[in-house]
Amino acid sequence: MSSGGHDPGRAYEELVKGLWRENPVFVQVLGMCPMLAVTNTAVNGLAMGAASFFVLVCSSVLISSFKSWIPKPVRISTYIIVIATFVTVADLSLQALAPTVHRELGAFISLIVVNCLILGRQEAFASKQPVKLALADALGMGGGFAIALVMLGGAREVLGAGSLFGVSLFGDQFEPWVVMLLPPGGFLMLGLLLLAFASIKEARVKLAERTRKAA
Amino acid sequence: MSGDLVQLEGRKGASAGVPDNTARLVLTLTVAGLLSGIAIVSAYEITRPMIAANQARALERAVFEVVPGAERLQRLAWRDGALVPAVGDAAGEPSIYGGYAADGSFAGYAIPGEGAGYQDTIKLLYGFDAERRRVVGMYILESRETPGLGDRIYKDLDFVAAFRDLVVEPEIELVSGGGAADNQVDGITGATISSKAVVSIINATNSLWRERLFAPGAEPPPPAEPATEEKP
Repeated sequence: MSSGGHDPGRAYEELVKGLWRENPVFVQVLGMCPMLAVTNTAVNGLAMGAASFFVLVCSSVLISSFKSWIPKPVRISTYIIVIATFVTVADLSLQALAPTVHRELGAFISLIVVNCLILGRQEAFASKQPVKLALADALGMGGGFAIALVMLGGAREVLGAGSLFGVSLFGDQFEPWVVMLLPPGGFLMLGLLLLAFASIKEARVKLAERTRKAA
Repeated sequence: MSGDLVQLEGRKGASAGVPDNTARLVLTLTVAGLLSGIAIVSAYEITRPMIAANQARALERAVFEVVPGAERLQRLAWRDGALVPAVGDAAGEPSIYGGYAADGSFAGYAIPGEGAGYQDTIKLLYGFDAERRRVVGMYILESRETPGLGDRIYKDLDFVAAFRDLVVEPEIELVSGGGAADNQVDGITGATISSKAVVSIINATNSLWRERLFAPGAEPPPPAEPATEEKP
């Protein structure tokens, strides 16, 4: 954390914006393909979130560090090479360290390459900001994405299988709501979470307005 | 979104010093590709033994699961009309596995089979006792059957247990509502297609392999070392 002249508050701001105000899933609605496909359990959501987080943070730091070396006409190709490299590394590591999780996620790990969130952050942020801010941005966006995936996966697992992180919650009496584990359940739950997120935001805006009027 | 700003701000370094000539573009992509290649190959080399060990362990676990009493395994490959002991990965060669008990006696065969399920190919492994002509265990290696319904072919323990002692001749039959004969398996309600698929995969695989097996008592001796399958 050296490069003076940057106000530490700015880095903090970039970090938290991805977690809440510009959450990649709930606000920007980016990266929906892995989001809907693999979040039928909390563990799968966490693994996918962690892999995307790793790829995003590494790519952002690298691209921000070399931004002045990358000629504009080939920048997208270069980003894709960088991202694809980290995705392959993540894929191999997961296969070596957590083979059961890797089996569950299958092809979706390789498909992180085409996650528009990751390429989007390179083009919109890392390629024109100092490393420190790019790191903060990637940590926030990657963290926000992972949290959203775990939330969606957790909610679907609780309703669809009666467990959370594989731990049974309700005993044998529970009749699982199987559709929640299937692709339509992903859309349903995403819709509900988007609704919840939007209404919390709206309530906060109204509250802020009211306090301003009162003041 | 804020992506549009890129066009306006441009890249200071690129525009200031070096012009974007062709050589520079090619050089950038070449260097990026080279570094990427080095990174991927290193990661591959580092993880390869771990991945191979994981796969060997998973296979071993599955074989020991379907062949009761097995503690060592030996791959048996079908080459030129004969079943021969083989080492290393199957790599496309038609193979089954022989399970051996701790004392070196032959415990049974583990035979992989695959076929169409409800969603996608189901890959399974079943144990076969050639002397008693019975299936003695079944393990699903890979399936994408519907969660909560079709996935009961491996989550429903009653269904899995039905394959622990099952006569295969003339054929395994899938019945609904408590089959009594010893070649009958109770289908899973709500997963008829998936359970039918498991039965027909075993029937098809078995009709292919049963004439290829060694005569009882003529099996090859157990592998010298406790089997850890790894490429030389």
